[in-house]
Amino acid sequence: MEKIKLDVQALDLFFGKKQVLKNIHLSIPEGKITALIGPSGCGKSTLLRSINRLHDLHPDARLMGKILLDGHNILHRNTNVVHLRRRVGMVFQKPNPFPMSIAENVAYGLKINALCSKSEMRARVEQSLRNSFLWEEVADDLDKSALELSGGQQQRLCIARAIAVEPEVILFDEPCSALDPISTAKIEELIMGLRGKFTQVIVTHNMQQAQRVADYTAFMYLGELIEFGETRQIFEKPQQELTKNYVSGHFG
Amino acid sequence: MTKKTISRFFGFALLVSATLLVLAIIGLILFDLLAKGSSAFSWHFLTSFPQKGMTEGGIFPAIFGTTIVTLLSTALAMPLGIGCAVYLQEYAADNNLTRLIRASVRNLAGVPSIVYGLFGLSIFVEGMGMGVSVLAAGCTLGLLTLPSIIATTEEALRNVPRLSREGSLALGATPWECVYTVVLPSAVPGILTGLILALSRAAGETAPILFTGVAFYSRYLPGSVFDEFMALPYHLYILSTQHHAIEAVRPLAYATALTLLLLVFLLNLTAFWVRARHKR
Ligand SMILES: Nc1ncnc2c1ncn2[C@@H]1O[C@H](COP(=O)(O)OP(=O)(O)O)[C@@H](O)[C@H]1O
Ligand SMILES: [Mg+2]
Repeated sequence: MEKIKLDVQALDLFFGKKQVLKNIHLSIPEGKITALIGPSGCGKSTLLRSINRLHDLHPDARLMGKILLDGHNILHRNTNVVHLRRRVGMVFQKPNPFPMSIAENVAYGLKINALCSKSEMRARVEQSLRNSFLWEEVADDLDKSALELSGGQQQRLCIARAIAVEPEVILFDEPCSALDPISTAKIEELIMGLRGKFTQVIVTHNMQQAQRVADYTAFMYLGELIEFGETRQIFEKPQQELTKNYVSGHFG
Repeated sequence: MTKKTISRFFGFALLVSATLLVLAIIGLILFDLLAKGSSAFSWHFLTSFPQKGMTEGGIFPAIFGTTIVTLLSTALAMPLGIGCAVYLQEYAADNNLTRLIRASVRNLAGVPSIVYGLFGLSIFVEGMGMGVSVLAAGCTLGLLTLPSIIATTEEALRNVPRLSREGSLALGATPWECVYTVVLPSAVPGILTGLILALSRAAGETAPILFTGVAFYSRYLPGSVFDEFMALPYHLYILSTQHHAIEAVRPLAYATALTLLLLVFLLNLTAFWVRARHKR
């Protein structure tokens, strides 16, 4: 058995009176890619956002249960959220580069967390851009506004920005849903290239994508985690009737 | 024609004529100002002091006074207003107290400007001993523009997409770092637009400076913020109602009005330019 990086235990989440996550148990192994699949509205994003405590911004949200990161419960009130979010990076559904230059976007996390000296900055920015396969395309335009990049480039920039701070976990919330097939292929290649370096969790509604990139897959339905296992097993030998129906496309 | 198309036609005609009427009124005002003021309007008029009991010469001290008092009021109101808006929008819990504060700020915007004038007199001129001065008038005008600066800044902050904030927080930014590095820069065009509109309102106000700093006539430009100053709107008021030869100075009054309008127009143009530049 591999090491468990993230352990979600009996997680319930309410928005006001509405229960959106119901008794979720999920153990995410270190260094692997775990896909979260399920019909839209089943709570995939909500679960993902619990892992870096983005629900803190939402006064309505109430969480119960535990999420252990290396054995420490990050839902505990004493958790330093800022530090947690440095360890757990996130890439969003829509590319959200900051209105700054390309280089400044990548340097952002390094600067605010004071992770490296000014003289190292250039090299770290370059390294992150190389790791996200963007360097060749932007090397001459580092001082241009990031908003001028194409959607696919922006999303890779967001990944570069996330990996620059060397987090331990990266959460992806449908990172390709706003992108064309070529950009999608690039992002998938990128995610697979980062396998082993980071623990990656990717929400996707695209079952082919899950099969292409993920080592493990979790299937969610109406706020519950129905089944979790190796991707092959989930798609080829699902144990649950619901999972079977969903992955074979007969749903409803 | 059916009943429906008839009523639609009349409805449309009504809207068009209302718009045309408004345009006509604006055109008339501009035309009147130009017709009666352009004879007195010149470079000399803009750059020289009034002469011979304000029957000749220019309005330079009034332009100067209005400019510095407006700039001072903005310099005072800007940090306070933006700070207050950031607090209300980004930090304050969404509870009844916050809503009460927000409602009070909104109501402050409706307080007649003469009330600000009286308040300025009792607090800044007398209470704080600033005397009748550029400083007291600047503070009073600053107070007057504060509510609108707060409201427009809050609006600008609200319009920054949640996704931008989350992007910053997800990288380990503290709430303040998020506001300072991402939210405020994205809100700059909106904030600046509001600021310039507030500024142009301050430039045209008479009542708040009436008791707090403006002088009927001054032979010198204010040497410090504790001096009195001349101002365009008040000068206009004097020329058109208080002067001993009102008919004779009519062209001067109109030219003064034209200058004030130009100043406000320039400020609005700047706002427009700022917004257009940031849109790209
Ligand atoms: N901020 C919120 N307030 C109330 N309900 C929410 C909020 N965010 C999401 N929900 C609800 O939670 C459920 C799960 O949403 P989400 O996690 O976004 O689903 P998914 O990502 O699987 O499509 C949906 O029914 C959605 O309406
Ligand atoms: Mg979602």
